[in-house]
Amino acid sequence: MTTGHHIVKSYDDELKALNDTIIEMANLTEIQFESAIQALMNQDTELAYKIIKDDDRIDDLNHEVDEMTMKLLALRQPMAMDLRNVVAAIKISSDLERIADYATNMARRTVPLINEGTVIRPIHNIPRMGEAVIEMLKNVVDAYIAGDADKAVAVWHADKAVDEMYVSLFRELLTYMMEDASHITPCTHVLFIAKNIERMGDHVTNVCETVYYLVRGEPLREDRVRKTRTDRLLTDDIETKE
Amino acid sequence: MNMENNRPETVKSVAGGMAIDTAVTGEKNLKMDGTEETTIKMSARNLDVFYGEKQALFGIDLDVPEQSVTALIGPSGCGKSTFLRCLNRMNDTIDGCRVDGDIRIDQSDIYDRALDVVELRARIGMVFQKPNPFPKSIYDNVAYGPKIHGLAQDKDELDEIVRSSLERAGLLKEVVDRLDSPGTGLSGGQQQRLCIARAIAVSPEVILMDEPCSALDPIATAHIEELIDELRENFTIVIVTHNMQQAARVSQQTAFFHLGILVECNATNEIFTSPSDERTQGYITGRYG
Ligand SMILES: Nc1ncnc2c1ncn2[C@@H]1O[C@H](COP(=O)(O)OP(=O)(O)OP(=O)(O)O)[C@@H](O)[C@H]1O
Ligand SMILES: [Mg+2]
Repeated sequence: MTTGHHIVKSYDDELKALNDTIIEMANLTEIQFESAIQALMNQDTELAYKIIKDDDRIDDLNHEVDEMTMKLLALRQPMAMDLRNVVAAIKISSDLERIADYATNMARRTVPLINEGTVIRPIHNIPRMGEAVIEMLKNVVDAYIAGDADKAVAVWHADKAVDEMYVSLFRELLTYMMEDASHITPCTHVLFIAKNIERMGDHVTNVCETVYYLVRGEPLREDRVRKTRTDRLLTDDIETKE
Repeated sequence: MNMENNRPETVKSVAGGMAIDTAVTGEKNLKMDGTEETTIKMSARNLDVFYGEKQALFGIDLDVPEQSVTALIGPSGCGKSTFLRCLNRMNDTIDGCRVDGDIRIDQSDIYDRALDVVELRARIGMVFQKPNPFPKSIYDNVAYGPKIHGLAQDKDELDEIVRSSLERAGLLKEVVDRLDSPGTGLSGGQQQRLCIARAIAVSPEVILMDEPCSALDPIATAHIEELIDELRENFTIVIVTHNMQQAARVSQQTAFFHLGILVECNATNEIFTSPSDERTQGYITGRYG
């Protein structure tokens, strides 16, 4: 994507350091997310606590990105592709930070769920949904590194499947709760976890849009296949304000 | 939406052989989406310029929209000043300089033999890199143009032109009680604003500026930039600048020149966020080509 080097070498170094920090953040976020699924499925309380603790590292990196970008904007006054690069870094790092927060939320929900003791059946849909989003995250990071706008678009479309998984899981959980009132508490935890994953997918699509703009210099403007009204109500109505 | 006072925000790229040959100066051009009109104040078509044997500009096609600021950028020696000087026929005064092609203001050919060059230069004013006030009083610097062009009936009218020009150039307050002192006694930034006052005193339609801020400090520069922004309400401005941020701040359209050719011309915010040509990208981001 980058053609030629800056005449001022240290400018190249600063931009590279910025990109490296984003990639490091993305790798840590992936690990947090994978661990969150593992902790849930293996009933691993210790791992859940580790995830909560490790989130600080990602917050720190996010602050580092903020500082680096402020400095670049103030001292280098980047233009064109460089400007898009710096702005993209700000946006991507804040989306990654949010994704990592959702992984932490999952871990926070996992602890009481384990303590609850009952394993409910619908939980087995979580890894499939999680893996779909992890895959999206990995692919969009690859697209970012390679400057591949088409790949970013493909990932963006993949989010639709995640939304569908969420909707069907939501229905399953409802049925399950209606069957037996004692399922309500564990089901609620699982529902929030699923909602967290669905929100992560949305943040990944933000990253897709940012990567697309970074590479092409124009916004991603494909009309997203609209969800049906009821599905939209289902996915939008429980907002996790944790 | 008021169609008359609309400032042109986007002018279709004239580089890269788009269908601009039909563009006529002085006529409203409806944009593709039909929402906005821009009036082309000046246009160059197929412009070649030679200094003796050496060709300095190659087939330039460029439209200058009315009541807006067009910035010319590009590496030293790429032909920005040469192009600017074509617009008011200043190149006529350079020995061995030959200009081929078509340049129009409001549809009329500025190289038409019937055209009075002195009158043309009254319509198209110029401000240079180094402020160059005449060795006369501040008052006379500004009054000079209106006097030779017979723009004032009497002394009162002339006083008014001088006052309002200084006012519009943002200089009046600073010099109002010393209009009789020499223009050369002002600071650099004040001298530059005096030259702008002198340029606007003859009510030109177009103002050409060749690096007007390169000798000024940031505050004086900010004053000139603010002034340019205000002047755009009434005038059409073409400015050459080496300062990318300045081009980005003051202009609506930016043209990038390289080795005598016009590489790319587009809305300023396009040029500085996503230029379409690699050479433009390389130049404005500070990379080697
Ligand atoms: N009076 C002249 N006689 C001969 N050659 C000239 C003359 N003026 C300019 N040139 C040549 O024409 C080319 C374009 O020069 P011009 O002054 O238009 O460049 P510019 O883009 O304004 O550069 P700068 O940013 O340094 O002012 C250069 O190669 C220059 O050497
Ligand atoms: Mg020049």
